[in-house]
Amino acid sequence: MRRTLGWALAAVVMIGAGCKQPTQSGSEIVLGEYASLTGQTASFGQSSHEGLMLALEEINAQGGVLGKKIRVITEDDGSDASQAVNVVQKLVNADGVAAVIGEVASKRSLAGGGVCEQYRCPMLSPASTNPDVTVENGKVKPYVFRICFTDTFQGRIDGKFGLEQGWKNVAMMTNVDEDYSKGLSDSFRKAFAAGGGRIVAQESYSGDTKDFKSQLSRIKDKNPDAVYVPGYYNEIGLILPQARQVGLSVPFFGGDGWDSPQTVKLPEARGAFYSDHFSPEDPRPEVQHFVQAYRAKYGGRTPDAMAVLGYDAMRVVADAITRAGKADRQAITDALAQTKDFPGASGTITIDAEHNARKPIVILQIKNDAAALYKTYPPE
Amino acid sequence: MTAHDLVQQLVYGLSVGATYALIALGYTMVYGTLRLINFAHGDVYMVGAVVGFYLATWMAERGTAVWLMLLVVFAGATLACSVLGYGIERFAYRPLRNRPRLVLLITAIGVSLLLENTFQLKWVFGPTPQYYPQAIKSALLQPVGVLGLTRLDVMSLFLSLALVGLLTWIVLATRTGLALRAVSFRFDTATLMGINTDRIISFTFVFGSGLAAVAGVLNAIRYQVEPLMGIMWGLKAFIAAVLGGIGSVPGALLGGLLLGIVETLLRGVLLPQEYTGYADAAAFVILILILLIKPSGLLGRAAKEKV
Amino acid sequence: MTTLSDLPSSRVLPAWAINLILLGLIAALWPVNRLLADQINPYVVQVLILVGINVILATSLNLINGITGQFSLGHAGFMAVGAYTTGVLVNYLAAQGRLEGHEWLALLLFLPLGGLVAAGMGLIVGIPTLRLTGDYLAIATLGFGEIIRIIITNTQSIGPFEVRGSQGLRVPVISDFFWTFAWVVVCVVCVWRIAHSTKGKAFLAVREDEIAAAAMGVNTTAYKVLAFVIGAFFAGVAGGLQATYFFLIDPKGFGFMESVTIVVMVVLGGSGSITGVILAAILLTWLPEQLRSLQALHVEDYRMVVYSLLLIVMMLVRPEGLLGRRELWWTRKRLAPAAQGGSAVSLPPANPPA
Repeated sequence: MRRTLGWALAAVVMIGAGCKQPTQSGSEIVLGEYASLTGQTASFGQSSHEGLMLALEEINAQGGVLGKKIRVITEDDGSDASQAVNVVQKLVNADGVAAVIGEVASKRSLAGGGVCEQYRCPMLSPASTNPDVTVENGKVKPYVFRICFTDTFQGRIDGKFGLEQGWKNVAMMTNVDEDYSKGLSDSFRKAFAAGGGRIVAQESYSGDTKDFKSQLSRIKDKNPDAVYVPGYYNEIGLILPQARQVGLSVPFFGGDGWDSPQTVKLPEARGAFYSDHFSPEDPRPEVQHFVQAYRAKYGGRTPDAMAVLGYDAMRVVADAITRAGKADRQAITDALAQTKDFPGASGTITIDAEHNARKPIVILQIKNDAAALYKTYPPE
Repeated sequence: MTAHDLVQQLVYGLSVGATYALIALGYTMVYGTLRLINFAHGDVYMVGAVVGFYLATWMAERGTAVWLMLLVVFAGATLACSVLGYGIERFAYRPLRNRPRLVLLITAIGVSLLLENTFQLKWVFGPTPQYYPQAIKSALLQPVGVLGLTRLDVMSLFLSLALVGLLTWIVLATRTGLALRAVSFRFDTATLMGINTDRIISFTFVFGSGLAAVAGVLNAIRYQVEPLMGIMWGLKAFIAAVLGGIGSVPGALLGGLLLGIVETLLRGVLLPQEYTGYADAAAFVILILILLIKPSGLLGRAAKEKV
Repeated sequence: MTTLSDLPSSRVLPAWAINLILLGLIAALWPVNRLLADQINPYVVQVLILVGINVILATSLNLINGITGQFSLGHAGFMAVGAYTTGVLVNYLAAQGRLEGHEWLALLLFLPLGGLVAAGMGLIVGIPTLRLTGDYLAIATLGFGEIIRIIITNTQSIGPFEVRGSQGLRVPVISDFFWTFAWVVVCVVCVWRIAHSTKGKAFLAVREDEIAAAAMGVNTTAYKVLAFVIGAFFAGVAGGLQATYFFLIDPKGFGFMESVTIVVMVVLGGSGSITGVILAAILLTWLPEQLRSLQALHVEDYRMVVYSLLLIVMMLVRPEGLLGRRELWWTRKRLAPAAQGGSAVSLPPANPPA
């Protein structure tokens, strides 16, 4: 008896899943989002998800697009690349979404982008900065886009910034577990060396590292003018205080991974620089509107870079659907490719021929619990 | 590399190792009595850090004095984790005590996953790392003047030594300790001798979890709090316990300190800078070497398998 | 007390007949493959492939954990070795422009090659560590798994072959339903025949009582290492299948948690029961996918919480797993004479007298 029951259950489960039909219907437009809501990089996925949901709420409150409401199906990939493939398959083929938004991490965007390419579904990554996400072996991927700049561009600007600050000898610390950190390091090293700067130390650490004092005291022995740390904010929150503990007091600088309400609150971070997509203090109305709406929706918290990029990604897709005039995958893809001067909260977004966003980079300096705009570099 | 630098790296290693030791004690006590690798122990350590974080933030907003804050944070975290440890043993492990050890181990992994995933929920704690209030951090992360040591380093070394001392005293000089030794020596016989084994096992969980909470608060002040902080740190603390000889209280201390020193030296002195990423493998290499060469650990007794 | 000869065996068919059926099954996969490619939603096909990979992983681990009774927590490490061997080679061919048109040849050669390299690694890891028992073995294998992962993370290339370490390696998608399930058939039949052969009794003997088995003249170390090597081989093949289907392999995907997931499948299915473990692999792949469709309830946040709760409850309520040590079609009666006083085969209790 029990066995029969078990078989029946198994059969029902299998049939139930086999019959799933695409859900695109007349009254709403269905989009897909995949993000790391759990797992090692859950904070990034949750942030971009929050930004996206805020934009979705605003768009639907204004009547949606093309007279239809937008519905977003969100899938968690647990910070794992093969899970990302799995959930994008589901979104594209079982849910029949018109477009996919995601991922933050480049590895998972590369994996999920493969599915989108295979089934010709447009995908827009909010924050994956690895150049390979949109271009593979010199060929632009027709269906994958991003609204952020690449590691190559950002690392180059960071190098340029270092030289312009008059720093001759710079030490570096790279997270060898993250392609983001490695990508920025490589590009920075080239740009900085090409401009006549000298890298005096190249320390590495892994994502599990909590204690950086060994690396930091070795850096201190080299007497650099500044230290470049292209890491994520959770690492920065450990590295900067420990640097002070070992008596390393030269300026630190890094990339957009630093962006977080917590970094700016660190007393040890005062005076440090980082390059970023936007400054929450930017007086532009798009930025101020976003920051206030985000605070209102999420209990007064200040948005980070992932949140603003998730927010913009949703709006860029909605804008593309409006311009396409229909929720058709090919039409949305074409419209996304033609995105020009979109007034995003993270800057004015123009998608270039390589499907990357041409956006200015801002350099922020941390001062008294806030990141102040220090310098702006236009897109190249 | 000067002698001063070398000594400094050693000191960093000692203070990292002290927290390994505190967690390792919990693994060692539980393994000694139940022969169970309590995979959830690393997450109990995380819960301690989180409870302490909420208490500290709550008090910092009200401008409590730092010494009072520290007192409440340590006491509160220890209490909460002791209750949690008791609960885990009582409701998840005890019903399975006579089952194959594999079943118990899987349950432990289940409890560990449950804690990690629950604390990743936004309304419990969320995945974003948080920091203890600046008042506590700046008070404790002040250098004491020698070798770049901070007050926190001194405190964690002192606390782990004191707590190991306390535990050694309990084990060697009290009736509970005598019962504990009997239980870990021969479980069934101890039961026959009228020892309340349930009570002894509960004690190991309560005490071990309390120690983990202390380590959790110390590391959270030094570093940060996040829901997955217990995975790697717990694993390494377990390795420290194996290194020192699992089941041995002084062994856990020795293993913890040694592991801390080896890791720091590898990162800071021995490995060329491009290869410091490999330092994380060091703990596992040590684990395998010790298992192959002397499975009973540095201070453990060799157990003979009987037919 | 059960003696080994009491345990049911399946010598119903002669060996040649089984081999014939095996070939027939694999041949039958071919038209199914075409049908799936044309008619069925690619997402369903993909979940089926995921099921297949997990069945291989769980079945091969079952040989080590369930049948031979050696507790390994490093299966994902062997999977990683296979995945990277196959992935790196396929990627190399693709970069040379020599993959096109030869996909099937690449799979035919590189999947078993990945398995063999993993098996070699299994031998290297197995010989020293299998002297250890129980928990010590578990943590030693865990350590090896982590070391393998950390080494891959920090390797950019080996000679002309790109590995790309932490950046993750992109691999062309060349595998499909046919390749996956052909290997499922091979793996399940292999493990089944090992478990139910005369030699197989030796594996079971090692599980039941190592000292007694040694006393009876069973070379326990040899059998343990053998189980370990065969298990590692299939884990490596499963890794290769994953590498050639999921676009990208990432060392982070082969961590400790992946090993745990496979162990959970084995324990949940019933250690030692081949069909039970297969059933668990299917359920544990399918159910989380089904949970996804409950979006409206916002379970995406609670998916993992529910999963871990289910795991604990399962262990508390039915610690012997779904099927215990039975196979799917064994009736209770068949085991009854063996099962005097509780479980079919006496299990070592949590607290063996030291």
